[in-house]
Amino acid sequence: MDMPVKPFIEVRNLDLNYDDYMVMRNLNFTVNKGETFIIMGGSGCGKSTLLKVLIGLKEPKNGQVLYNGEDFWAADYRRQQEMMRGFGVLYQSGALWSSLTVGENVALPLQLYSSLGVSQIRDLVELKLSLVGLEGCADLYPGELSGGMRKRAGLARALALDPDIIFFDEPSAGLDPISAKMLDDLIIQLREDLGSTIVVVTHELASIFAVGNNAIFLDDQSKTMTASGDPKYLLDNSRDPKVIQFLTRGRR
Amino acid sequence: MSLEKLTFNYSQGDNALSVRFNGVWQIFTKIPPVSEATSQFLAYPDIKTIILDTTELSAWDSSLVVFLYKLIKQCQERNIEVRYNNPPEGMEKIIALTLTRTDIKVLPKVDVTDTFLEKVGEGFIGMGKGLFILLDFLGEIVQAFGRLIIGKAYFRKDEFMLLLQRCGVSALGLVSLISLLVGVILAFVGAMQLKLFGAQIYIADIVGIAMVRVMGAVMTGILMSGRTGASFAAELGIMQTNEEIDAFKTLGVDPVEFLVVPRILALVIMMPLLTLYANLMGILGGFAISVSMLNLNPVEYINHTQAAVKMSNLWVGLAHSVVFGIIIAISGCLRGIRCERSASGVGEATTSAVVTAITSIVIATAVITFICQVLGV
Repeated sequence: MDMPVKPFIEVRNLDLNYDDYMVMRNLNFTVNKGETFIIMGGSGCGKSTLLKVLIGLKEPKNGQVLYNGEDFWAADYRRQQEMMRGFGVLYQSGALWSSLTVGENVALPLQLYSSLGVSQIRDLVELKLSLVGLEGCADLYPGELSGGMRKRAGLARALALDPDIIFFDEPSAGLDPISAKMLDDLIIQLREDLGSTIVVVTHELASIFAVGNNAIFLDDQSKTMTASGDPKYLLDNSRDPKVIQFLTRGRR
Repeated sequence: MSLEKLTFNYSQGDNALSVRFNGVWQIFTKIPPVSEATSQFLAYPDIKTIILDTTELSAWDSSLVVFLYKLIKQCQERNIEVRYNNPPEGMEKIIALTLTRTDIKVLPKVDVTDTFLEKVGEGFIGMGKGLFILLDFLGEIVQAFGRLIIGKAYFRKDEFMLLLQRCGVSALGLVSLISLLVGVILAFVGAMQLKLFGAQIYIADIVGIAMVRVMGAVMTGILMSGRTGASFAAELGIMQTNEEIDAFKTLGVDPVEFLVVPRILALVIMMPLLTLYANLMGILGGFAISVSMLNLNPVEYINHTQAAVKMSNLWVGLAHSVVFGIIIAISGCLRGIRCERSASGVGEATTSAVVTAITSIVIATAVITFICQVLGV
């Protein structure tokens, strides 16, 4: 695969806040195309806030988020909406629309933004659902699914428009080890088979080491990122005691 | 009882106080206060050592740990050496662990009681913010309706039909019961005064005009605030909590267009129909009481009602219902969509939606009544 010269996502001098409370400051990192990038850190350190800024749900206090060199937060509303259509997001809870069936959840983005006919959309929905191992579940409502199935259905919806980037917010949270592993395998499969660029917010060590090939560590005390690189490399070479403590579950 | 649990023996030779713990020291039994032990410090001011003797202790739990923690703290402050005699397994470790947890500090309570002026000021600021949020939301609704009119909005007919059913047919039972009873009450109250003049037949006028002009719409509005408005707030609040609304935004779909517009439309369509039905039920209630209990002639009652209720009354009533439909839908949707992401947030949103809707309905009724008075309608 040819790697582009410029990074796919570039974050420059990003400051995050909630009103007067500063969550993170001076974040600088890049994500390359086809990479699985992990945003890691302890609970409440600001990982999900950073994700909200990356996916266009929350405006940063300062700084830039560039997609293919284009500043998302400097763009006008219409351009932002267009750029957001290139994102697939799997929320922590799956966030399936509860009044729609699984099939309708996956079909909605296609109905909104594609020019496909009803039968073509139906076929695509089946394809996306089988991609995440949920074939035959199109007519079920989210309330009828288990937690793991709901996340996989959420992933099928996130993949509906063949996004350039897929964001995962705590994909393993609340899942048993087997379902979590299944989701990790799906992430790896997406990267290897479809060449997707993936950004994962997580603090699950198993997921970090299984899927990540680049990462940043957010430290809630210094309120900035204190490490970046391949998680396995960080485990062996980082000199930051917090990073080591985090990556070894406090055993070192 | 406390003497049985705690006994003291002071040895003057080595200035040592032996504190013996007897029997069961568990949270479901009565535990003596630590002052019972510390009072010995006053009785024997030259204590240098305290021996915690647990030989006779038969069972213990965290209640003993708390007691010992407080006692040992006091000993440390007075430079009294603490020794254990036959401590049960694990107790020393737990106490040592408790004593080393000095890094946890409880912050002093800050007095946050506001003065009257501060409360008034905060109230005004809150109202200003609320007004800004409402105007912002109204702007979004107008834009979304604009897109709907020019055919650029995403509109799910199936879901809209379900909403119509939820806002209409499903509410018929409740509307029937309450409107019928309102008609009954109006007839009884009217009869009390009109009987004095032998003018009971005018009950038909009172019930007819009151129900058609305002009461039908107001009662339906209040019912729908508690029923449908609360349901909208809870539904959208839970969607906010479950990140479903975020999912719409990241897809580039305006949640107002997708969720709010159909709800407003459904209520605006169903409220006048429900009000017409409520009017009919109210008149029926008044009719039933007048004929059965007040011995009025049924034909005369119907004729009087027909003569009294003008079309203008009906239009005023229907205007009320349309305004109430908009108020209920906007209150419910606004509170739901701006709901905090917690169970209590959903509860607050629901309560706030109902209170806002009912208050606004009463204010709107007063305003419409005043306008009609000025216009002579």
